[in-house]
This record gives sequence, structure tokens and C-alpha cells, in this order.
Amino acid sequence: MKELFRRAPKAFTPAEQTPDQQTPNNMWVKCPSCGELTYVKQLRDNLKVCRCGHHMRLSAVEWTGLFDEESFIEHDGDIAPLDPLNFVSPKDNYAQKIRESQQHTGLYDAIIGGEASLMGQPIQLIVTEFEFIGGSMGSVFGEKIARAAERAYTRREPLLTINASGGARMHEGVISLMQLPKVNLALARLGSIGMPHIAVMTDPCYGGVLASYASVADVIIAEPGARIGFAGRRVIEQTIRQKLPANFQSAEFLLEHGMIDMIVPRNEMRSTLARLFRLYTTRTTGLSPVAAAI
Amino acid sequence: MKTVLTAWDKVQISRNVQRPRTLDYVRVLCDEFFEFHGDRRFADDAAIVAGVGRMLGRSVVIVGHQKGRDTRDNMKRNFGMPKPDGYRKAMRLFAHAEKFSLPVVCLIDTPGADPSMESETRGQGNAIAENILQMAQLRTPIVSCVIGEGGSGGALAIGVTDRIYMLEHSVYSVAAPEASAAILWRDSSKAADAARTMRITAQDLTEMGIVDGIIPEPEGGAHLDADNTVRKVGDVIMAAIDALMLVPTDQLLTQRYDKYRVIGAYNTLSTPQHGHGEPLTF
Repeated sequence: MKELFRRAPKAFTPAEQTPDQQTPNNMWVKCPSCGELTYVKQLRDNLKVCRCGHHMRLSAVEWTGLFDEESFIEHDGDIAPLDPLNFVSPKDNYAQKIRESQQHTGLYDAIIGGEASLMGQPIQLIVTEFEFIGGSMGSVFGEKIARAAERAYTRREPLLTINASGGARMHEGVISLMQLPKVNLALARLGSIGMPHIAVMTDPCYGGVLASYASVADVIIAEPGARIGFAGRRVIEQTIRQKLPANFQSAEFLLEHGMIDMIVPRNEMRSTLARLFRLYTTRTTGLSPVAAAI
Repeated sequence: MKTVLTAWDKVQISRNVQRPRTLDYVRVLCDEFFEFHGDRRFADDAAIVAGVGRMLGRSVVIVGHQKGRDTRDNMKRNFGMPKPDGYRKAMRLFAHAEKFSLPVVCLIDTPGADPSMESETRGQGNAIAENILQMAQLRTPIVSCVIGEGGSGGALAIGVTDRIYMLEHSVYSVAAPEASAAILWRDSSKAADAARTMRITAQDLTEMGIVDGIIPEPEGGAHLDADNTVRKVGDVIMAAIDALMLVPTDQLLTQRYDKYRVIGAYNTLSTPQHGHGEPLTF
């Protein structure tokens, strides 16, 4: 039987289709790790985690299901990118890339900002969209995080960021680079009132995202197997001219080297985040037995 | 007649081995300087020079990238590419400056942060991010000048400052031209194209409102009259520090926030977009 499935046409990522079009072509999803095919509905029910444990990447919209029902309210969904460098090269054209990515994802840029509640706990949130030019960090990305952090500051609510990004957006040049301090300045302000920022690193988190807000979050949670690093594997291999260990830059490798706080599987993410946030926002839940006895 | 230099020409000038480096600035501008070594955690990274000195009559903390002059020197300096230890040394000096209310002078000259297995393992991304966060909140004036190459996060890690200047032929980019070409077009030989397309010159960054001023170089580049170029940089930096020392600290921090807060190019449209697909049920 398995062999039969293996011969099935390559599933799930035809360019011009949205993830949920129910065509025969994408009724089945092949796990990039073990190669097994899973029926799409079953996979969604399992939060897109394969039976082998591989966590497939979620879209930003899919992640918004993490929050309490009907609680998610999007903010700043009207901010769209410009082409500040008039970036045109023989091989690619930023304006066109933006248009294609917008059609593909239904978003103006690689990020969704908003507010929601998580098991009753109000939070401000950011979710990135890897399908939009590799989840890269340009002006809109930086602006939305800064605004989310500022909203969190004003309302005295914690901030959650769920991240998948290849790094800074090359097409906006040094303006992209300057989003790093912009975002960290806003986060420093949030930290000054004792409100936590929890970052969830999903596969992958590289470059600018890591070198700014994600790696200085108050709590850093990674999904199993997520690849996390500053420089990409290819760049490092070219520099040192030797093969890197297989688990290099994996969440498990980072945990071992003290760079992240914990690895949490997707089906435990919701409760973990809610319980964590509550420790900071609800400092006491009643008298302890000792205090009650006095 | 002055020749018009291309972006790629400027990249070459910014990398000239004879171009004045951080220690040349220290030699010309400081009558006292003590280099401090080590991050108190792991190592001393020679790609970053840091210490306390007296620059043009004022006690300052100086932090700068340091490239080598020859192969042996460059091996020691790792071609000016800091490891996490270098950034943590810088961070230690930033904290030192804050403790003693000393202004900070940062001199930027790096192709980028070191991309190696050991740097990744010790948290290169985190080291850069922590520095950005710390400079954002630093309760003392901090001023920088790009004196050569401003390579990506490796430059920014000592470059979040109240004022930032660039030497006339220096460059500052989201990634070095070779890396940009490799990332964008998978072809690092297209570096000259990347240099032009990505607008990395001091003039470009001034137009974009990112840098506060350009310090002129002698025709042909700073290396042809190093000491005079260095003195000009020193004068500009000191004038900025003199002005910033008069600003109350809280106001200084608000101004720093606002300076970076406004950088970005985006458009606000009338209809929001919410993305394709359906949320999962967690």
C-alpha cells in the first residue's frame, strides 16, 4: 500500500493555490522528514504534526487558531510594503515579488499583528508568515512588531511572537537592518514595565529575527526540530569548508548549548503559553496554606 | 576634476588595507588610552578593540572593530569579524560607560559578524541582539561613525547610537555585497551589482535619512591622508558628544527611541488583508 502512495503526484505546494483548496492534488500531504503521506484533514486535526513527530510549518493564519475562540482581533492589517530602493535586477524585481507574495498568501507582508486571549489571558501578538518572501523582516515587519509592543506597553499586556523567518529582507537594504533596533527599542520599553515577551521559534528562525527580538525574549520556546541560527548553514560550510554535524542549529542543539529555555511540542503550546503568561500577570491566586493558618 | 565613484569603487576604498582603523583613531585622537581585554566569560576577541581613553580632552569609552594590516594580523583579528565574545566585551564596556557616565564612541569597520560553527554555538545572534537592546537603553550618550565597512548585524551590534556618521567613501549594508549577491541571486560574483542595487553608500544612507552626516575624505580615499581624516572624524564626534552631554538622560533616551522608530518605508491602505486559509483548532 505504501508504495502506491509514494507514487502519488507531489502534493500540497503548487504555486498559484491557497493551502486549503480541496483539489485532489493536495488532499494528501507528504512529510518532508519521513516521506509518509497523511490525509490533509487528519493532518490538520493533528496540528500538522506528522506521526513521525515532524512539525510541519504553519501559515500565520493557521497559528491564529492558537487563541481563545473568537478572541483574535487583527491590528495593522492595512500596512503594506513599498519599494524604497526601486529594487530591480536582471533576476528579480521587488515590486513584482511583493505582488506575487500578496496573491499567494493573502497578506500585504510577512506578518500578522493583533490581540487575543489565551485561556482568558489577554495578550498582544505577532505571527510571521514564512511563505511571504521567506518571512523576511522589512519595514512593515518592523513596524508591526513595534506597534504590537507599544500596544502591549500602553495596555500593560504581555507580548507573544510566533516566528518563522529567514532574516532581514534584502530588497529594502539597510532600511531592513534598521528594523532591528526599532523593534528592540520598543521591546525595551515594554520590559521596563515588567511585561514579558515570549518568543516561539518555529522552523526556521535566522538572521535579523534572531539578532533582534527573538533571542532576547524573556522566555524562548522552540518547536521540536526547528532550525535556529544567525548565519545560514550554507554560509558557514563555505567559510569553514567542512561539513557541520547533522543536528547543528536545531532546537535540540540550541537547548543543549543554553540558547533557548525549552522545547515544546505543538499540541502543548497553547496550555504552556497560557500557564507561563499567568505566572507573570497573576502574581497571587489566593492565600497559601501557611499564610491562611496564621 | 573629481571622478564619480561607483558603489563598488567605494566598497574597494572602504576595504583598502591602508585605510585608518580604530587603533589609528586612538593613536591620533587620544592622549591616553587603555585597552580593556576580554568579555569575562570566555575569551578576548581581537576583532573588537575596546577601552577607556581621553579623546580630544574628554574621557570616553571607545569600542571599534579592528581589521588587520597583513595576513598575520588579519588572522589574529579575524578580518574584523567579531565573535560573540567580542560583542560581549563591547557590552561590558557599554555598561562600564553607563556606570561612570562616560560617553561612548563606536567606530564601525567590519565585513560582518563571524559566521562560524563556534560563533553560532556560543550564540552569535543573541550576542548581537543583546547589544542592540542594551544600546537602546544606555543611559549615557553614544555616537558612532562608519569608518570603513558597515557589514550588517555585525556593524549594528555596536551601532545603535544617538548620532551616526559615515566617512565619505564608507559603506553600510544589510549584508556585505558578496553575501547579498549570494542570497539574492545565488552568485557571489555579482557583488558589484548588489553594491549598486542595494544602495549602500554614505550618500544613499543620508538620502534615506539613516545617517546624520558625511565626513569628507581626501580625493582617492582616507588612506591618502589618514591623520587629517581621523582628526576630522574626531572633531565631528566630539561636537556631537558635547551637544548630547547637555541633554537630560530621559530626553536622550526618548530621542534615541524616536530616531529609530521612524525608520521604515510603508504605506497604509484603505482595505486591510487578512490572509488565505483557515486557523487550525488547537
